[in-house]
Amino acid sequence: MPNPSRPRNNGKQQDPAVRRKNFDEVALTFTHEEALAEADRCLHCPTHPCQNACPVGVHIPDFIAYIKAGDVGAAASEIMKTSLLPAICGRVCPQEKHCEGHCVLKAKFGSVNIGGLERYAADTARAQGALKPPVPAASTGKKVVCIGSGPSSLACAAELRRAGHDVTVYEALHAYGGVLRYGIPSFRLPREVINKEIETVQAMGVKFKTDVLVGATIKVDELLKEYDAVYIGSGAGLPTMLGIPGENGVGVYSANEFLTRINLMQAYKFPQTDTPIQAGKHVVVLGGGNSAMDAARCAMRLGPESVTIAYRRSREEMPARAAEVEHAQEEGIQFEYLVTPKEILQDEKGRVTGIRFTRNELGAPDERGRRRPVEIPGSDFVQPADTVITAIGQRPNPTITKTTSGLKTTERGVIALNEKGETSLPGVYAGGDIIRGGATVLLAMNDGIAAAGRINEYLKGK
Amino acid sequence: MRENEILLKEQLNDVVVKFVIYKPMIAASAKAGQFVILRGAENGERIPVTLVDWDAKKGTITVIIQSIGKSTFMFNSFKQGDLFLNILGPLGTPIDVHNYGTVTVVGGGVGIAEVYPIAKALKAAGNKVIAILGARTKSLVILEEEMKGVCDIVLPCTDDGTYGQKGMVTDVLKGIVTAGEKINAGFVIGPIPMMKFTSLLMVELGIEPYASLNPIMLDGTGMCGCCRVTVDGKVRFACVDGPMFPARTIDFNELIRRTGEYKGEEKRAVEEYEKNHKCKIGLH
Repeated sequence: MPNPSRPRNNGKQQDPAVRRKNFDEVALTFTHEEALAEADRCLHCPTHPCQNACPVGVHIPDFIAYIKAGDVGAAASEIMKTSLLPAICGRVCPQEKHCEGHCVLKAKFGSVNIGGLERYAADTARAQGALKPPVPAASTGKKVVCIGSGPSSLACAAELRRAGHDVTVYEALHAYGGVLRYGIPSFRLPREVINKEIETVQAMGVKFKTDVLVGATIKVDELLKEYDAVYIGSGAGLPTMLGIPGENGVGVYSANEFLTRINLMQAYKFPQTDTPIQAGKHVVVLGGGNSAMDAARCAMRLGPESVTIAYRRSREEMPARAAEVEHAQEEGIQFEYLVTPKEILQDEKGRVTGIRFTRNELGAPDERGRRRPVEIPGSDFVQPADTVITAIGQRPNPTITKTTSGLKTTERGVIALNEKGETSLPGVYAGGDIIRGGATVLLAMNDGIAAAGRINEYLKGK
Repeated sequence: MRENEILLKEQLNDVVVKFVIYKPMIAASAKAGQFVILRGAENGERIPVTLVDWDAKKGTITVIIQSIGKSTFMFNSFKQGDLFLNILGPLGTPIDVHNYGTVTVVGGGVGIAEVYPIAKALKAAGNKVIAILGARTKSLVILEEEMKGVCDIVLPCTDDGTYGQKGMVTDVLKGIVTAGEKINAGFVIGPIPMMKFTSLLMVELGIEPYASLNPIMLDGTGMCGCCRVTVDGKVRFACVDGPMFPARTIDFNELIRRTGEYKGEEKRAVEEYEKNHKCKIGLH
C-alpha cells in the first residue's frame, strides 16, 4: 500500500558551510532505501496530473512503479520513452512548476519528489549498466543535421536517431552540451552527468563534431545541399548589457562570461587550468533569474568576503527556480531587492569600485502579470563592489539568422515559426532559445522533441 | 592529412612562428580580417589568432604566433605533424574590401603578419597599397618578401635603426604624406598604443583609419561579451562586430585597461609553465 502521509524527502544535500567552498554537487542522489520510501508515497493516480503537467509527458507514475518494484533499468527505460536525458532533467527541471506542482499530495503532505526519483532512476540504472539507449528504427536513408549541442538540439538529435535517420550534431565550442556545459555549474549538474548523457546519445549512433560555428564555418544554405533537413538549436548566446555608464569597467562580467570561465574553462582550478578568473572581495550580481543564482553561487565558491544579488523587483517576482534561491541563501549570499543599477563606479585605472543604485517600489503589473518596479526619487545609494556580474538576460545570437538567406526572424531577433511550427525555409526547423530568446532547459528540450516529430513527418513526404 | 594537423612550421625569429595547418572547412570560407580560436591542450585557453593566409584548394590555413603567454609558448613548441586540439573559425566580420584608391597598411611587430591578408585583398581589389612595417629591431621585421609580393611600396622601419628607416611607423607615414602621397584609407594592426597614435595621425593627415582590436576573448562567437569595446560611444563585441573598426572613435584607453585585467595571472601561468618545461638537454 502507498504511504502518502510520510513527509516528502527533499533528499540529502552537502552542508552549506562546506559546499560554498567546493564545486561538487549540492544535492545527493537518493539511496536505494530513500528512493523506495519516496516512491512508496506515489498514489499512482489513474488521471496522472503530474504526467499531464510535464511538457515532455514523462510516464511518471509508471516509472515510479518500476522503482517501487526494484527495477531501476525499467524505470529509466520508461522515462526514456519520452525523454532521452533523464539524469539532466531530474536535476535541472523546474519541477515545482510542472509535475510536482500538480501532484495531488502537494497541499496536504508535500508533492512526491519526482525530480529526485527521476535522477535516482537514471543515475542508478547507469551505474548498474542497466540504462540502455533505445534501439533506433531501421535506417530511413535520410540525413539530418542539428545545429548546437545544447538541450534542444540534443533532444532533437536523439529523437531523430530513434526514428532511424542519419543524424549529425555540430557544436561551435570545444565541448558538447551548450548551456548545460558553459552555463549550468557543476554543483548543480556535474560534468560527468553531461558526458554520460551525451555518450548515451552517441551510443544510439548520433555523430558529433566540435568547432563548427554554423553561419561562419559553414552556412545553412550549404548544409541544405548535404542534408535532408536542418534543426537550428543554437541557443540564446548573446548577453544583454545594461546600457549604463561604467559597464566596460575592469571587473564587470556578463553572467555568460563569468559562468563560461568557470564552467566550460574550469577557471576555478587556475593555474592547473589555463583560463583565469577574478572574484575580488565584494561581488554584486545584477539580475534575478537562474543565471544570476548560478553566477552568485559560483562567485561564492571563489572565496570572496561577500556576494550580493541585486534585483529590481521583490522576491516574489524573481524568476529563478525556488530551490536555487534557497540554496543561494543557505550559502550566505545576500539579497538586495527593489534596486535598479544606475552607474558602475570605477577608480582612475578603470577598476570597479561600486555600483550606484536607485531604490524601487512595486507598481502595477506588467503584461506578464509581474508587478513593475517604480523608482523612488532621491533614493540613490552606493554599494561597494570590485566585481560586478550582469545577469539580466540574453538574446538570440544572430550568427545563423544573419547568414541564412530567406530565414525570417521576429523583431526580437528570434527565428519566426508559423502555426505549424515551421520556419520560413522548407526543411529548416528551429527550437529552444533561438525561438524563445531565453527560457529553460526543459522548454528547449521539448521544442527539440516536437521538432523531431515534425521533421519525421516532413521526411516521410520527401 | 588529418584535420588540425601542422603541415609546416617555420620559425620566423626567436619568438614568432608560422604554422600552415590542414583545416579545409575554414580554408574554404575565410576572408581578410577574420580570425580563428585555437586550443592546444585539454584545460587550455581559447586563444584568438588572425588568419594570415588560406588556400581553399589545399585546405590549409596559415597563422603566425608570437610567444607571449603560456598558451602561445605551448603553441610555438608544437612540431610539424602535431595537431592543434581545437580550431574554430573563421570568426569576426571580414574587412570591407573595395577600391579605396590608395591605402596604407601599417603593421607593428607580429601585426605585420596580420595586415598581410588585408594588403593582399586590397591589392586584388585594385588599390595602390603602401605597407609600413614597424619593429623594434631588424630580426623582428617579418614577411617583408611576402608583403612585397602584394604591395606597391613596402617601407620597413625599426626603433633602433638596424633595418629600414630609423624611427616609428608614424614617422614613416608622416614622411610619405609630406612627400606628396595622397592616401585615402589606412589599416593598422599592432600594439594598442601604436594603433592609437597611428590612428590619431591618420585623422590629422586626412586618412580614414581602421584598427583591428585584440581584446581578451573567450568563446569568440558573441556569446560571452568579454571582448566588448567602445566605438563611437557604443558597446561593440570585437569578436562578431570586429575585430576591425573605424578607428576615429575607438576608446583605446579603455581597451588598454581591459586587456590588462589578467596581467598577474598571465605572469604566474608563464612562470609555472617554465618551471615545468625546463629544457631537458640544457639549451636554455
